[in-house]
This record gives sequence, C-alpha cells and structure tokens, in this order.
Amino acid sequence: MNFENRFELIRTFAAVTISLILGFAIILLVSDEPLSSIYYFVIGPVLKTRYIGNVIELAIPLIFSGLATVILFQTSLFNLGAEGVFYFSGLMAAIVGIGLSLPAPLHAIVAIAAGGLFGMLLMFMIGYFKAKWNASELVISLMFNSIFYGIGLYILNYFFRDPDIAGFASFKMQKTVLLANIIPKTRIHSGLIIALVTVLLAYLFLYRTKWGYEIRMTGINGDFARYSGMNTTKAIIIASIAAGIISGIGGAVEVIGMYDRFRWAALPGLGFDGALIAMLAKNKPGSTIYAALFLAYIRIGADLMARMTNIPSEMVFIMQAVIILLISGGKFLEKYRQKALLREVKKNA
Amino acid sequence: MSNNVLELRNIMKVYSNGVVANKNVSFELKEGEIHAVVGENGAGKSTLMKILFGMERPSSGEIIFKGSKVEIENSNKAIDMGIGMVHQHFMLVPSFTVVQNMILGIEPKKGINIDYNKATQMIKELGDKYNLRVDPEMKVKDLSVGMKQKVEILKALLRGAKILILDEPTAVLTPQETEELFVQLMKLKDNGHTIIFISHKLKEVKSICDKVTIIRKGVTYGTYNVADVTQSQISNLMVGRNVVLKYDKSKSEAGKAVLNVKGVSCKGAEGKELLKDIQFTANKGKILGIAGVEGNGQRELINVITGGRRNYDGEVLFNDKNIRSMNVKALRKSGMSYIPEDRMTQGVAASAAISENLAANRYESQEIKSGILMDVKKLSKLANKLVEDYDIVCKSIAQKVESLSGGNIQKVVVARECSIEPDILIAEQPTRGVDVGAAEIIHKEILKLRDRGAAVLLVSADLSEAMELSDALLVMYEGEFVAYIDNPSETTEEELGLYMLGVKKQSREEIRRAVNEF
Amino acid sequence: MRSLLDIILTPDFAFSAIRVTTPLLFAALGALISDRAGAANIGLEGIMLMAALAGVVFSAYTQSALIGLLGAILIGLLTASMLAYFTLKLKTDVILGGIALNFFANGGTIFVLYYLTGDKGTSASLASMVLPNIHIPVIRNIPILGEIVSGHNVLTYIAILSAIGVWYVLEKTALGLRIRSVGENENAAKSVGVNVMKIRYIALALSGVFAGMGGAFLSMGYVSWFSRGMSAGRGWIALAAEAMGRGTVLGTTLSSVLFGVADALSNTLQLLNIPAELIRILPYVATVVGLLAYAIRETNKRKAKG
Repeated sequence: MNFENRFELIRTFAAVTISLILGFAIILLVSDEPLSSIYYFVIGPVLKTRYIGNVIELAIPLIFSGLATVILFQTSLFNLGAEGVFYFSGLMAAIVGIGLSLPAPLHAIVAIAAGGLFGMLLMFMIGYFKAKWNASELVISLMFNSIFYGIGLYILNYFFRDPDIAGFASFKMQKTVLLANIIPKTRIHSGLIIALVTVLLAYLFLYRTKWGYEIRMTGINGDFARYSGMNTTKAIIIASIAAGIISGIGGAVEVIGMYDRFRWAALPGLGFDGALIAMLAKNKPGSTIYAALFLAYIRIGADLMARMTNIPSEMVFIMQAVIILLISGGKFLEKYRQKALLREVKKNA
Repeated sequence: MSNNVLELRNIMKVYSNGVVANKNVSFELKEGEIHAVVGENGAGKSTLMKILFGMERPSSGEIIFKGSKVEIENSNKAIDMGIGMVHQHFMLVPSFTVVQNMILGIEPKKGINIDYNKATQMIKELGDKYNLRVDPEMKVKDLSVGMKQKVEILKALLRGAKILILDEPTAVLTPQETEELFVQLMKLKDNGHTIIFISHKLKEVKSICDKVTIIRKGVTYGTYNVADVTQSQISNLMVGRNVVLKYDKSKSEAGKAVLNVKGVSCKGAEGKELLKDIQFTANKGKILGIAGVEGNGQRELINVITGGRRNYDGEVLFNDKNIRSMNVKALRKSGMSYIPEDRMTQGVAASAAISENLAANRYESQEIKSGILMDVKKLSKLANKLVEDYDIVCKSIAQKVESLSGGNIQKVVVARECSIEPDILIAEQPTRGVDVGAAEIIHKEILKLRDRGAAVLLVSADLSEAMELSDALLVMYEGEFVAYIDNPSETTEEELGLYMLGVKKQSREEIRRAVNEF
Repeated sequence: MRSLLDIILTPDFAFSAIRVTTPLLFAALGALISDRAGAANIGLEGIMLMAALAGVVFSAYTQSALIGLLGAILIGLLTASMLAYFTLKLKTDVILGGIALNFFANGGTIFVLYYLTGDKGTSASLASMVLPNIHIPVIRNIPILGEIVSGHNVLTYIAILSAIGVWYVLEKTALGLRIRSVGENENAAKSVGVNVMKIRYIALALSGVFAGMGGAFLSMGYVSWFSRGMSAGRGWIALAAEAMGRGTVLGTTLSSVLFGVADALSNTLQLLNIPAELIRILPYVATVVGLLAYAIRETNKRKAKG
C-alpha cells in the first residue's frame, strides 16, 4: 500500500478513535453507571444472535444510502436527497405491496422497481437543475426531502392509512411482496443479497463503464474532463440518476424487507447517514459494506445502551458529526503527515 | 555609493520544492532613477520582486536599505519602508469605488464610520500632486485597464511609497495608455520617487529608463546605463539558450496540410486585439514552432484551435472540416492531440491513478474495453507499456498522479497524447518546469511522432526548444506573426530575440510563407 | 378563492407573516454576513436548533428570559466558532463541515433534552421563559397599522434592527469594507495587509450570533418550548433567501419576507379545507421555485455575456 493510502487509513482510524473516546467521555460524564453503559455500547451487539442480526439488518439500508452518496460525492455533488428518496420510494413500494396482486417474486420486483423509478426521477431533477443552471444541489435536495415527506404523508393519511390500528401505519402489505427471511432467529432478509449485488454493480458502473469514468473524472477535475472532450453536464445527470435508483431501491427494500406495513411517521434518517458511510468508505463502493456495518454496530450498541441505562442513543449522532468533521478536515494530522512523508523520502533516498 | 537607496547582494532563493528561482542576484538602486529589470519568462524577475515586497524571503544574500542591512518579513514591512508594488494582475476589489480600494486597510475614521470626505480629500490632493486623476466615486469594475493601473499606483503612493515596483505595467495597456503612463512615471521621478520597471519591451526600456539590469536564469548580468547600450545588445544579453540541445533529426518532407488557419482575429473583453489576421498551415511530417514571449497571443490562438474559444473571426480547418461545427470531443476523435500549457488544471486528474489518466483519450475505444466494460487487464497492460516506453518513474500504475514529480506528470500527459497516433499534436510549452532529463525524453517523443507522419504545432517560449525541434518557426509578437523562419536550427537566438521583443519585423510576403496548402 | 383572499387581506395575516419571517431573517442575515466574507456558513440550521434548546434550558434554570436569550446567543457564537475552527484552520470542506454541524445539532439537542427531561420530543416539562411582546405606544392605537406592526415579540424588532445594523456595518464601517474585500478579492485584501483569517472568523462568529437569536425566537417567542428538529429547514431556506437576495441586505430581507409569507400562508390555509400535509410544504416549494428562478436568471446572464 502506498504512503497516501496508508495515511488516509490512519486518518480514518484516528477520526473514529477520537469519536469513540468522545462517546466514552460523554458516557462517563452523564451516566450513573458508566461501566455498564460502556459495556452495552461496546459489547452489546454481539451478546445475542438477535442483536448481531439487528446490526446486519440495519446495515442493509445503510449500504444502499452509502452507495448512492458515494456516487454523488465522487461527482463532487453535495446532494442529500437520498433521505427523501428513501422515504418516498419506501412508500411507493408499500403502495405496490398493498394495492397490486402479483405472484411472489414478481410482486417484490415490481415494488422495488417502483421505488427505483421514483428515486431516479427525483434525483434526475436535482441533477438537471445543478448541471443546467448550477442551482445548489444541497439546498434543493434538502427542500425536496421536506416536500416529498409532506406529499408522502398526505398520500398515506388520505389513502392508505389503516384507521383500525393504533399508531401510525398503513394497511397491511400483501405477503407476496415481502422479502424472504434468509437467516433464522434474525430478521435478516433477502435484501442483503440485493444490497451486496448492488455494491458489485455500483463498483462496475463507477470503475468499469465509460459513464463511471466520465463521472469520476468530472468529480476530480472538471477542467480535465472538458479538456478530454467529456460532457460534464451529462456526467452530473447520469451520476444523479444512478444515485437516485440506488437510494430508491434501498428505500423499497427496507420497507418490504423489515415491515409488513409502512410505518415511517418521520423521515427515517437513513439517507442522511449515507454521507457518513461514504466518507468512512473513502468513496469506495466495496468499503461501504464495512462502513455500514460499523455505523450499524454503534447504532445498535447505543440502542442497547439506551434501553439498559439512561444514556440516549442520539449520542451516536454526535460521534458521527465528529467523524465527518475530522475526516474532511484536510489539515487534520497534517503535521504527522509531513513528518511521515519526510521519513518516507529519506527511506527511499 | 551613498545615494543607493536599495541594494541587493548575492540573493539566492530556493523554493521548498527545490526550484532555484534566483541563483545570484545583485543590483543597486539609486534614488530618483527609473531602473529597468529585464529578462525572459522564468528568468527570476517575479521572485526578485516578491523578495523586495516581502512576499518571499531570500534563502541567502543581503538586502541593504539606505545603508543598513534589513529583513523584509512581510508586505507590511515593505510598505513601512516605503516600497510599493503595482502587480501585473491588479489587486483591486471590482465592486468597490476607487476611494474604497485606496483606503482599504488604512481607513480614516469618524466615530465608527469611515470618513469618506476625508478619504476623498486625501486622494484628490494626491492626484493633483502627481497629476494622476481618477474619479474617486467610480466603481473599479467600470474603469479601463489604464485607469485601474492609476488606482494601483495611487494606492501605493497613499501608503507613502517612495520606491515603486511596476511588474510589466504595459503588458495590458494600449499604446496610448502606455504613453500616458510614461508621462506619469516621469512626473513621479521628478518628484523624487524611485521606480523599478520590469519589462520585456526593450523599446520602452530605452524610452524611459535610466538604468537597466539584465537577469537570466536567476543570475544578474550587470547593470548598464540605458544610454550606453543598444536594444540589440540588451536583447543578446537577455536571450540565451538554457541548454544547447542537439538531436539527430532526419530530414522530412512536408505532407498534406492537416490544420489550416485562415485569417483568425479576436478581441479581448477590454477591446484589445489579441489575435490579428493569423494565417498558417500545419503539415504532416513537420513540426511547426510558434515562438514568442508569453502573453503575445499564443494562448488565445491555441484556445481557438482546440475548440475552447468560439468567439473569433476567420476560420480554422482541421482535416478540411471547419472546427466551428465541432466540439472538443469531435476534435479529439478526429485525431487532435493536445498537451496543455497547465498540466495540473487541464492536463491531468491529479488524484486519479496514472492508468486512469492515461485512459482519458481512449476510454471509449476497444483498446481498453471488452464489450461494454472497461478491461482492467487491457488497461494495465497498456499503462505499463506506456510507463515503460515513456520512462515514467513511478512505483506502480495505480499510484496517484499528484504524487509524481512535475517531469513525470508531464510524461504521463505526453504519453497519453502521443500514443494514440494523432493527425496533429498541439504541444503548448511541453517542457515548462520540467527537469532536463524529462525534457529530453519529451522532445524525442515529439520528434518520433513527427517521423511517424503526424503534424506537430509546438508553442514554446523556450528558444532552444523552439529552434532545435521545429522544422519551421513562426514568431509571435503582440497578437500577430512577425517572422517566419524556415531553417530554425541555423538561425541565431539573437536574431530571434529581436523578433520576439518587437525590435525587428519581416515583410508580409515573408510571413505568408507559413501557408503551405497541398 | 374568495375565502382565501378574505384570509390573506387581513391585518392578522400580515402580522403572522412578520412573525414567521423573524427567524428566517435572522438566519438569512447570518448567511449574508458570512457569505460576504467568503466563508459560507452551511451550519445555520444546526446552530439555530442548538440555540433554541439553549434558550429554553438557560431560561428554565435561571428563570430569566434575558439569560435564556444570552445563553442562546452564546451557544450560537460558540458553535459558529467551532465551525470556523474546522473550516478555516483544519480546512474542512465548508459544505461537509456544515452538514456535520447539522448532524451534531440534531443528535446533540435530543441527547441533552432527554438527559434533562427524560423526553425526546419536547421540553414541555421544563419551565422555560418567553421573551416579552412589545406594544409600541401610539402606533398600537392606529387602526390596521397598529394591529400589524405592534405587539410583536421583542426579537422581531431586534431582527429588523439587525438588518439595518448589518447594512450599516457593511456599508459604512471599516470592518464592513474589510469583510466585503475579503469576500470579493482575498488577494487584494491580503496585499494591503488585511488579516483574511481574522475577518472571516469575525464574520462567522457574527453569523452565529444572528442564528442564535433566530433560535431563541423559535423556542422563546414563536412557541414557548423546544421540540426536536424545530428549526425545520429554516437554516436552509435562509441560504436560498440570501442567494436570491444577491448578497444585499435589502434583497435578502425581501426574499426572507417572501418565504415568510409562504410560511404564514401555510399556517393560514389550514383554516381552509386543504390537507395540512400539503400546505406545510409550501415554504419549501417556494424556496425551490425561488432558487431555480434565481439560478436560471444567473445562467442566462452568464450566457449573454458570452
């Protein structure tokens, strides 16, 4: 491994470690029983098969949103629309699940396709606005999240809400649409396979197709892309569409994999997590799997801790923010890098 | 000696990346003189000026100010010492008025407000004193270039500058504005100011300067009384070969005209003529060089030819097709290769791997694809071959381009552009800032490409490169061709220098020989 | 339509538009001052949220609305300083830094809220204070006008004064001149000895103060409690308002008012028979439309220039 890659890895680890230390510090500060809090936070997720299952279940949607964000970040697009896509595509899939009657595998495929299609449309708009008119993709995507959340809520409340059950939920989806459980004693569903296949496809797309190449070069250096004759407008739109499809599929898979009714009363937050996953994964599709597992692990750990002690699980968000700040801080560990670089040069000289 | 206001002794400047910009620079500045510093691009003039204005610190050597040794730590110190600088790229805030630009950082106050009455008054007085009148209420963005320059000079004077450094002040001016500037500079001189005048333009040096110091490759070659030397003598001292290059060059026959440039002219945003009736052909099997001091229209010409600029008169035919109807992709697909002047902004994607940078002009071809997917094996085979052929020093083809040395980065660009067997290669300053070894490899590759029958258009400010590589050489000065030389390696740099610096010019008919339509 | 007009053309509606514009205006002024210094503050949303909670907590524990307000401003200032440290010093990407700050605020406020009240939703159990409404003498008695402009929360008036203050600082003072020079041509500022870092830090800190007051208004004026995510995208809408206002105080204020009217409309239309879910998205739709109109106009202008 060359020096730069090794340094990047060290930076990532340092950022994660600092955030974990911060997490422990918070626990020590506010917890009445700090040791057992830390115990549940760190060890909790591996205590039971069910908990390990929880980690993997949570990693599935995170992989999708991570992948979508990887593609966007590689194009230098700060688009957080995966959040709204997750919500609305999930709803679309649920509607297909409730309303259509189709045989088993086909029903799920149609539901997922509906989710992917919606994600594609929404992200296409954001990408088009950016590529054509340079409209801030960040602000527009965040507005879109709120807009489609509102529209989704309306559709749900007026047409698909089940008045007979307490709480907020749609009518029951038909059994044919639900994804099969693949590991007993957990809720891990066949969405895991779809997620892993998507990782592979996203890798092939980004690194082995001409669109992927154009997208990446556009993201790294737009002047170079234009000098080479690439159409950067097109590259931005294609990247947005690809990210939209992936996050749309992610939302659909999550809803028909984990639930039998649509139950999101608020934006699920899974799309936003894509930003952290992409940064931890250094924008590499394959690494999103590990980054998603890591985030899922500390989420489940924090949940268990919250259940057993008095520490709210939102502690994880604070850690997440610290990781993003440090990893994206170009000068973070710069002194160390300079020193190490000098050593490296001397060694080779 | 006592009236030396400023003296530099054996200044050396080595940048942290190892570039030696100034090797041994010494000169003396007497109070009340206009002192020219002349030298080619990259001779070390700007570094010298940055040292004087406190923007860079010398690695060794001494600066003597009014008889005592000083350190100029930063620009504020320089300003305190009474040194003012008029940068070539104006340091002005476009949306501000003249007053606002002038008082930035030294705002006179009345309570918490800026006292604009007082500021305007100060500027009026200063303007009257030096006959530099600008409307204080005008926005800088609405001013002409000449007016902006006045503002810059006034800015320096307002801060008490007694020594004014002007960095190529006439480069952006029209002839009339230049004349006006000279009148003002004389007036400043009469008022006891000392002026350092950096320029390429010998005519101007002759007309207003008292002294001239010549700098070449980071070394000063003496200071002369302008009255005692001719333009040709200065030119001969200024222009010298960096390394004498000698390549075994086979004779080659000019083939079909691949690129035919017909009467191309264009104007800049300020209305200044950038290109004036440019005509030439680039023929297969020939290297056509375009020499000249930078900023004389070469950039604009290349921009037109490579599809970056659409706003021009005249036409450019590439393989008999008008390039107006082609975008960059179409140009490249029909056989145009281009080594851009600035490799880091245009030439490479710095944080991508070497192999990925090499793929940029063939990522859609089956050369590196199998079916619809890019073939990693094919690409790495190709990349490894190019790394070997072009002697790119790296650990692996997966290394990021940004971690290579400048010379090796340039080799990546050259390898990519030369290896697709183009009809024409446009090479713009192909060995700028590159070590001698890399330059030699790049030169040989360009020659090989010519021998394989491609046309090459070589734009270079490096004389030895232009003379030794080119089969024919055009010299550009102020947006037009001033000479066509059909045996460049047998001409002298002195001769070229006279053309490049605008001292001599060929007849129209002689220059028209650059058109070779077959 | 008739009934819609009846609702809009009332002093009540104008009053409510001014009221909901207040936090937007604060945030937009924060966006404005940092942007003019060339240091975009993408973290406004999060800063407002944290300040809103701080206002509730400080006022609840001291039983002083004033200390609550000061606490909110302090938190806004500190958070913006933290962002400044990361973006100016550690060279964290401005956008990613802002995104991270918003994550931090989202999680951090719920964390603190739960720790203090055992509730993750609202601060209803904290006896926090509200900032007083001001009835302007004389004007309050003028019909219609009095109904519209009198009786607002003290922060609403402070917001208007702030807009004037920002204009004054930018146009009339040395600090303003330096802020604008740093934002427009950093090198020009540097060449005359202006400390670019310091000016940017000051601008970001000021933007934190404004966002802090915006947050305080949400939890100590608009309503009298804190609830999770209560900044509800206002920090982002403010960025759009600033862009549409082309970085001028007047333009930014007018765009804020425009979005404020959309917001007020969404509150008012709930009286009609339109689904609340759809009405609530009105401010966001208005923002997208506004931003697009602005971006298209800018693009055309660029094209016309060649």
